[in-house]
Amino acid sequence: MADLTTDFIGIKSPNPFWLASAPPTDKEYNVRRAFDAGWGGVVWKTLGEAGPPVVNVNGPRYGAIYGADRRLLGLNNIELITDRPLEQNLEEMKRVKRDYPDRALIASLMVPVNEDAWREILRRVEDTGCDGVELNFGCPHGMSERGMGSAVGQVPEYVGQVAYWCKKHSDLPVIVKLTPNITDVRKPAQAAKENGADAVSLINTINSITSVDLDLFAPQPTIDGLGAHGGYCGPAVKPIALNMVAEIARDPATHGLPISGIGGITTWRDAAEFMALGAGNVQVCTAAMTYGFKIVQEMISGLSQYMDEKGMTSTAELVGRAVPNVVNWQDLNLNYVSKAVINQDDCIKCGRCYAACEDTSHQAISMSADRKFEVIDAECVACNLCVNVCPVEGCITMEQMAPGTVDPRTGKVVEAEYANWTTHPNNPGACAAE
Amino acid sequence: MTDTALTPGIQSERLKDDDYARNFADLHPKLDPHEALVAADRCYFCHDAPCITACPTDIDIPLFIRQIATGTPEAAARTILSQNIMGGMCARVCPTETLCEEVCVREVAEGKPVLIGQLQRFATDTLMDAGTHPFTRAAPTGKRVAVVGAGPAGLSCAHRLAMLGSDVTLYDARAKPGGLNEYGIATYKAVDDFAQREVDWLLKIGGITVETGKSLGADLTLDTLRTSYDAVFLGIGLGGVNALGLEGEDKDGLIDAVDFIADLRQASDVARVPVGRDVVVIGGGMTAVDAAVQAKLLGALNVSLVYRRGRDRMNASEFEQDLAASKGVRIITNASPRAIIGNGAVREIEFEYTDDTLAPTGQTFRLPADQVFKAIGQTLQGNDLPELDGRKIAVSQTGRTSLDGVWAGGDCAAGGDDLTVTAVAEGRDAALDIHATLTAPAPGAAR
Repeated sequence: MADLTTDFIGIKSPNPFWLASAPPTDKEYNVRRAFDAGWGGVVWKTLGEAGPPVVNVNGPRYGAIYGADRRLLGLNNIELITDRPLEQNLEEMKRVKRDYPDRALIASLMVPVNEDAWREILRRVEDTGCDGVELNFGCPHGMSERGMGSAVGQVPEYVGQVAYWCKKHSDLPVIVKLTPNITDVRKPAQAAKENGADAVSLINTINSITSVDLDLFAPQPTIDGLGAHGGYCGPAVKPIALNMVAEIARDPATHGLPISGIGGITTWRDAAEFMALGAGNVQVCTAAMTYGFKIVQEMISGLSQYMDEKGMTSTAELVGRAVPNVVNWQDLNLNYVSKAVINQDDCIKCGRCYAACEDTSHQAISMSADRKFEVIDAECVACNLCVNVCPVEGCITMEQMAPGTVDPRTGKVVEAEYANWTTHPNNPGACAAE
Repeated sequence: MTDTALTPGIQSERLKDDDYARNFADLHPKLDPHEALVAADRCYFCHDAPCITACPTDIDIPLFIRQIATGTPEAAARTILSQNIMGGMCARVCPTETLCEEVCVREVAEGKPVLIGQLQRFATDTLMDAGTHPFTRAAPTGKRVAVVGAGPAGLSCAHRLAMLGSDVTLYDARAKPGGLNEYGIATYKAVDDFAQREVDWLLKIGGITVETGKSLGADLTLDTLRTSYDAVFLGIGLGGVNALGLEGEDKDGLIDAVDFIADLRQASDVARVPVGRDVVVIGGGMTAVDAAVQAKLLGALNVSLVYRRGRDRMNASEFEQDLAASKGVRIITNASPRAIIGNGAVREIEFEYTDDTLAPTGQTFRLPADQVFKAIGQTLQGNDLPELDGRKIAVSQTGRTSLDGVWAGGDCAAGGDDLTVTAVAEGRDAALDIHATLTAPAPGAAR
């Protein structure tokens, strides 16, 4: 079993799996159950200012979209930050940290954008013994309309300003949680880094309406006939989150800035993918809300097995391994030529590849009277759609054409040398390779 | 209750009430909505799907399954019923394992087909339970058509003709319409009086007058029908039953399996249907299996199904054979009946083992029997019928017979499997041809 002990900006945890700031981490009872189940860390549900806490709606807070057999693919919520008194949360955090000293406990914070408010909340949470703070600049509903959450995260100057105050008034490590509801996620990340933040975490939830009730003609979840946009999370958002993590990991301005990866992580494999794209650890919410805390056991065993198979002895060896391979489109090798190949032994003759290629792509698959489906190399552009729609894993593969052979589609010899768009003759701005 | 499984002779009430209720409950209850969604999700929506080709009525199966998957089972039902108006019964009785589900790519790949039959039932039951009839009649053509036989072929033909604007009179010899759906199918395949409910629902199209208790030959003649109507469709099925050709066939205890099945279907209380302690069924088709299984379900102690050829030659599908075996029916193959033994009533039957060419081997055995069901095939009955092809009415691709203005389909017509779904297809196709013929402009007429 590989050692999963992780050091993230000086915060040690027995594994890289933390629970994100969200309903599962709202109170002592849940967090104790989470730690007992094996979670390496917890980001406590976001704390607000002292005084009367926020209130939540009393109708449904969540909406969902489903895959087959009601598998939950996406979840949307309109819950706000903690609606329990600050003092109660702080007392509970202190007790939990005392009883679980080896686990990471992070305080998520959201107060108005003024220095005094942040200085005050930092002073209060330091007393709990927590290992760090996470600045919630991501929440896209309810709080953003009050000038907090994603309203801050969408303005890099505000992000930088608050990060600066936090570093100025506290010795605790500071993680800035970013919103995906922004054109270029690198800008707030740069602002956080420039102002001394120790790390960023992303993504928070995405603005969303999960569905519309076609009888009530109202968004769901519907409260007394009305609905508001919520924050979208769960497996469906993972591709968006992976890209945003990679953008920050490979941007020269933020390269090396520690990242806590969040967004649809459901299995060890999801977690490993985030880490390969530069996340030093990961945070999970929807998967725990769907299946309960026990899933962390699969994450621990799965990641350990993978690391053993790869000969990795520390999570640090995995973090960022895929970052150098994330490039811009213009850097892709245009001399790499492949063709789809259908394994006739595996083919179940459903014809989905044919329908997809014939109707929507390049007419590069033939169908015989006895339902034999074959790739027409002279038409195949290797788009991969047939692979994507084939229900049999591994039945259709993309095979590289060897350099020196002739591509029957173009009639040109496959070149061995790497050549990309920047030097392509069709590119008006092409410059000859030196 | 005094009789039990051990009581010799032909007795009713061999079981407790609960046993009867359990034994004659729905063989495959309707899927619940979630089960239907899960089952529908397994469909790959194949291009030019093999299941459609395998369906005698060419139902667009991937389309109706997608309609179920997207929450519109009523639309799915319309897709089914537009091709096969008896899609509800076919969902219950089709040997799907040798039709659509046999060629399902997931059956071929994994040995687990999409549950096409059960999904079809989910869709059609949903629509029929709502009591709606999804089709309306076209403008009247003024044409009158006689349909003889209110079984699957006749009902299908009558419905399509009515839909296309003809006025149809639907005759049947028996007291109720439905044909084999009503009289010839195992009770556990069509519970809750489904056959009659389906007929009632089908007749909602309008334009069909049902006249029961009128049989061809006795009450009706083909000649009269031909002169009284613009066209005639014969869907009269096979009214006769083959005999064993043995001495003593008239002994008490020997009955036709079709009569046993019909009596059971018509019984208001299955517990009142008497059954032997030692039952022997002779035959290897669906009728033989239906009789054998139901004899067992009625409480017969020993039920043997004896077929003269090998198991692979049995007309009963593998599913039906397995069903029989699972209920405790003993299947004996390669044995032909040789003698009926008993004094007044049957006591034993002697069989001789035969090879696959039916050549005798000289080896014999006897089975104790207080009740024997004959299920060795049915025959066409009637005089002055159109020309035959072998033992059935010769028909063209669209059901035309040798007589002008007379079409035929279903079991009485040559060609095609003797299946409900085949009969429905033949009735439908004949209706389309009848309509085209009756509404075609006369030769030489001004265009």
